[in-house]
Amino acid sequence: MTTVTSTGTPAPPVAAPGRNGETAGGDRAVATVSHTVLILWSIIVILPLLWTLLSSFKTSSEIFASPFALPAEWSFDNYVSAWSEAGIGGMFLNTVIVVGFALVLVMLLGGMCAYVLARFAFPGRRAIYYLMLAGLTFPVFLAIVPLFFVLRNIGMLNTLPGLILTYVAFALPFTVFFLYSFFRGLPEEISEAAAVDGAGEWRTFFQVMLPMARPGMASVAIFNFLGLWNQFLLPVALNTDQDNYVLSQGMAGFASSAGYAVDFGSLFAAVVITVVPVLIVYVIFQRQLQGSVSQGTMK
Amino acid sequence: MTATDASDAVAAAVGPRRRRLPSRGSRRRRLSFDYVSFMLVFLGLPLAIFLIFVIWPFIQAVFYSMTDWTGFTAEFNVIGLGNFEKLINDPIFMRAMGNSIKIAIVVPLVTIVIALTFATLITVGGSSRGQIRGIRNSSFYRVVSFFPYVIPAIVIALIWRQMFDPSAGLLNGILTGLGFDQFESYAWLGKVSTALPVTMFVIIWGAVGFYMLLFIAAIKGVPAETLEAARIDGAGRFRSAVSIVIPLIRDNVQTAFIYLGIMALDAFVFVQALNPSGGPDNSTLVMSQQLFRTAFTQGQFGYASAMGVVLAIITLLFAALVFIINWATGGRDEGGRA
Repeated sequence: MTTVTSTGTPAPPVAAPGRNGETAGGDRAVATVSHTVLILWSIIVILPLLWTLLSSFKTSSEIFASPFALPAEWSFDNYVSAWSEAGIGGMFLNTVIVVGFALVLVMLLGGMCAYVLARFAFPGRRAIYYLMLAGLTFPVFLAIVPLFFVLRNIGMLNTLPGLILTYVAFALPFTVFFLYSFFRGLPEEISEAAAVDGAGEWRTFFQVMLPMARPGMASVAIFNFLGLWNQFLLPVALNTDQDNYVLSQGMAGFASSAGYAVDFGSLFAAVVITVVPVLIVYVIFQRQLQGSVSQGTMK
Repeated sequence: MTATDASDAVAAAVGPRRRRLPSRGSRRRRLSFDYVSFMLVFLGLPLAIFLIFVIWPFIQAVFYSMTDWTGFTAEFNVIGLGNFEKLINDPIFMRAMGNSIKIAIVVPLVTIVIALTFATLITVGGSSRGQIRGIRNSSFYRVVSFFPYVIPAIVIALIWRQMFDPSAGLLNGILTGLGFDQFESYAWLGKVSTALPVTMFVIIWGAVGFYMLLFIAAIKGVPAETLEAARIDGAGRFRSAVSIVIPLIRDNVQTAFIYLGIMALDAFVFVQALNPSGGPDNSTLVMSQQLFRTAFTQGQFGYASAMGVVLAIITLLFAALVFIINWATGGRDEGGRA
């Protein structure tokens, strides 16, 4: 992994002669400083996460007694109470439903829209492209008030389908932009061949182009998943029915209730429940994710 | 990661963009049922959702910003720019705007400096002899630094709120443990002087990993030959990074600045979780938070829409500023890549 940076010719080992001894010493100094800085940052990243994990096994009084002490007994009580009493279980289910449906829908609709924009010429194409760009740049906050009333007027305020549709709408510009460049890069000859073989537009897309776009679709799906899973403003503003809460709203509940009313043990447990599944998926798929980031820069 | 991935990254980050226009459209096509139904569903359906839930609310917001609408009554008056006049004379909103602008200046700058430094160390900071490569264990640092990106922002804020807790938090525990007794029960988020810097720190903590990965991908696109040539000419690592790597990934830095600016001008999740009430003396109140409060707890929808318009204008100005600075500092010289 560390040595793939130069995939081409090996470096000529002819650095300025006579400087070699000095360079080796300098190398060591640079390496020491670099490692120190990077290790320090790694600690800043990992320490809060480990501390959260540790605290999730403590009782509230232990949490207040000392930030360092180990729990007297390692029990899962906090997890049980977070899952059932604080309602994290139900919210977890809601989140999975909303994110699942929204992800499938946005990938399908976004793929279709990007395909048409990328490979068909028709009047208004550029206008649609710029509308998408506006959707990507303008802050969601500008839309949030009217959106509330749009949803109320069609009777979808505080419902999961309403939330799914808004998720889809706001994830659409990113999806279309990314897949647009991807569909443009697919060779023209293949869709020609499909047309010659008698495939209609529908079949060409679903049986020829979509399978070819799979790598691009996978990358966008990863980013959309993380984006939708982390979504905060839309549910907080548009989904105020307690039964329909998603995870981020449950977490916000911990943040806004007054200090003395919070059960800190279940707060930490709820945090762990939210983070661990995604973190595990990340560690398993981190190589693919790295690849998608590199593709994402080609916009 | 395989060599193919690396070359993908190369192609992705700097490769010539395909400018080939689709030739299909030029072919005359019959308006068959297949074609018409295809266009209706493939373009019409996504576009309808996008227009109804994104573009239409944007347009409405601009209209509502010129009314005194309170939301739950049917009638309202168009008052022109009255709301904007009121905003200028609203000390709380101006305070929020100032805080937002501070965050939008500090957060992108610090995040990009940290992310660029780490990305450079990881990709080209290694031994100055032999192949150009990163320092040892770089994949460990890369994986760890990216952790915060997969954690929801609200959870990041919650974790750090506990870390900064005056009595039970780990930070004060460590500081008093090291002998800094003045930090016993120090309320980081409750003091005017520290609340905003601490909030910015939390946002930066969450953002560095993603941008580091973005820059790593871009730097891998810099041809090794270029760096080797610089080295033969006697450039050290620092010189190579500043004079070769950074100019070559200029466009990526510009994109990162704009994304970070948009995120920093929002910042709603972080401020809302760290200090739901706006912080001591409104020191962490930002525009988005004030907008949310005005709309959904006070019901002044017209006034809140005006705040949204101001937020949107500042976002666009920020993007324009980034473009201008990039252009003025020499981004225009690289005609081939602009």
